Amino acid sequence: MTVQTVITDNGVNVEALLVARQALAEAPEAAQFRWRASCEWVRGTHSCTAVEGFYGLGEEQRHRNTFTFDADHPELFASDDRGATPVEYVLVGLAGCLTAGIASVAQNRGIQLHSVTAVLEGSMDVQGILGMDADVRNGFDDVRVVFEIDADASRADIEALVAQSQKRSAVFDIITNPTNVRVEVR
Amino acid sequence: MTVRECPRVEVVVIGAGHAGLAMSWCLTGRGIDHVVLERGQIANAWRQDRWDSLRLLTPNWQCRLPGYRYSGPDPDGFMGREEVVDFIAGYAANFRAPVRTGVTVTAVSAFGGGYRVNTDYGPWECRALVIATGAFAVPRVPAIADRLPATIEQYTAGNYRSPGQLCDGHVLVVGGSATGVQLADEIRRSGRQVTLAVGEHVRLPRCYRGRDIQWWLDAIGVLDERHDQVDDLHRARRVPSPQLSGAATLDLNALQSRGVRVVGRLAGFSDGRAQFSGGLRNHCALADLKMNRLFRRIDQWAQAHGMDNNLPPPEDFPATRVDDNPLLTLDLHRQGLRSLVWATGFRPDYSWLRVPVLDRKGNLRHHGGVVAPGLYALGLPFMRRRSSSFIHGTANDARELCAHLVDYLESEYRRSNFAVSMA
Repeated sequence: MTVQTVITDNGVNVEALLVARQALAEAPEAAQFRWRASCEWVRGTHSCTAVEGFYGLGEEQRHRNTFTFDADHPELFASDDRGATPVEYVLVGLAGCLTAGIASVAQNRGIQLHSVTAVLEGSMDVQGILGMDADVRNGFDDVRVVFEIDADASRADIEALVAQSQKRSAVFDIITNPTNVRVEVR
Repeated sequence: MTVRECPRVEVVVIGAGHAGLAMSWCLTGRGIDHVVLERGQIANAWRQDRWDSLRLLTPNWQCRLPGYRYSGPDPDGFMGREEVVDFIAGYAANFRAPVRTGVTVTAVSAFGGGYRVNTDYGPWECRALVIATGAFAVPRVPAIADRLPATIEQYTAGNYRSPGQLCDGHVLVVGGSATGVQLADEIRRSGRQVTLAVGEHVRLPRCYRGRDIQWWLDAIGVLDERHDQVDDLHRARRVPSPQLSGAATLDLNALQSRGVRVVGRLAGFSDGRAQFSGGLRNHCALADLKMNRLFRRIDQWAQAHGMDNNLPPPEDFPATRVDDNPLLTLDLHRQGLRSLVWATGFRPDYSWLRVPVLDRKGNLRHHGGVVAPGLYALGLPFMRRRSSSFIHGTANDARELCAHLVDYLESEYRRSNFAVSMA
């Protein structure tokens, strides 16, 4: 009889993450991160936001590249549609965060993933942002995420992966809980 | 106060609850000179700091301490608060535990190779010290409590007694663990409108396949899992107490069917409104998944032990019901909210401990209850094993720590005698 050792590889270096977690437990100040973006108005409702540097592990850090994101509104709002709407970027953030979480948790639990897809939808009554009805909020009134996951695991284990990724998700937390926001003019 | 000579004992135990007394019983059995210092009366927290209707989450048959166990007529019942007091006081009387009641410890410091214990009755000196003041000394109240409008009366699980104490009107209970679900239930039964804010929680039914859930946890070995065997001890020590009551299953579905409104974790207060997390569905999903994993583990154990034929079939409990659109904000004034009960847990109180053994969060650093040479803790959640949180779990912990303590005292004797012979 041959014993096959199946090695889970979702491309997540869990060992490094666990080492980092241990290191941060001993130096919690290094766990203080600051994430940044800088934005410039282009024209109309079109703006371009760049992401490059951030702060963490006690010093300034840099992404490998500068990433840029065009934001605009669709033509039916009389805009030029040169980018995703800002609220769609919120869905992008949530999708990216939950999916990264699923891959990491699956790696940590020894679950091999074959495919992970998600469809997100946030519903919104635009009477809020148009100032037509004070009882309607500006933001999403509901966000739905539907994952389809093909993995070497039972349905219950896959559901547990998705639940755990929400539990540890920064964007899920940002969306579901209030956050203090300060906007100033210099 | 009269000046008295500082008494020296081998061991001082602080706290005459079930844990301190279990240690006292073990020390008595080993013939070790000791005193148990108690700020109030024996079983003080049970007498003073808990609500009237409180019942143990563990059945009577499970209430056992070293050399003592429940012997009444109702092994499957659940003790009320006064019965717990009688049980613990009966234990102390049973072996004449050397308890000094009405003595409040004000400071403990290292002294002459042992410890000095200052109290409002004067100091004691000892070679070893056992901290048995409990993990549930002070109600934990989140910082956002400061932002609650003054018109709303606030209570904690430490000073809430019964629904009659509350104003008429809508009550917000914060916390979905054992305390929160029990208080929400009895306040709702008093006819008041109740909203229950729930974050991460542990869902358990009172019975599964015809047996009490505590019987199962005991049988399948969950309660015996040791502190040096779990993946993440820090997390295991923070697991909240399950949604249980002595009487029956008391999960969120049961509460909702009685008219309690369930909302997400309380996130803050803003403009006269309470804000709740939109993560309720996931918190419920996590709890349901975890409960179902436990059931499958129980089923496997039952099958492996040939019990399947003698038991009702595996049960499925309905998933926790969550509104399609759970309430996210609650206008405190418009919704007639008059009282809020913080059922957000308890924390230990080490404000008197002048020995550098606390971590940055104020928790005691210890390895299975061994804190420092000659310094021990007892009665903390998952201290040596999962059962450490329960009365019966203290029994094993006390025996093991007492053995460790006796070894320590003996090795110290050998060392000091060696030092004398070398002089």
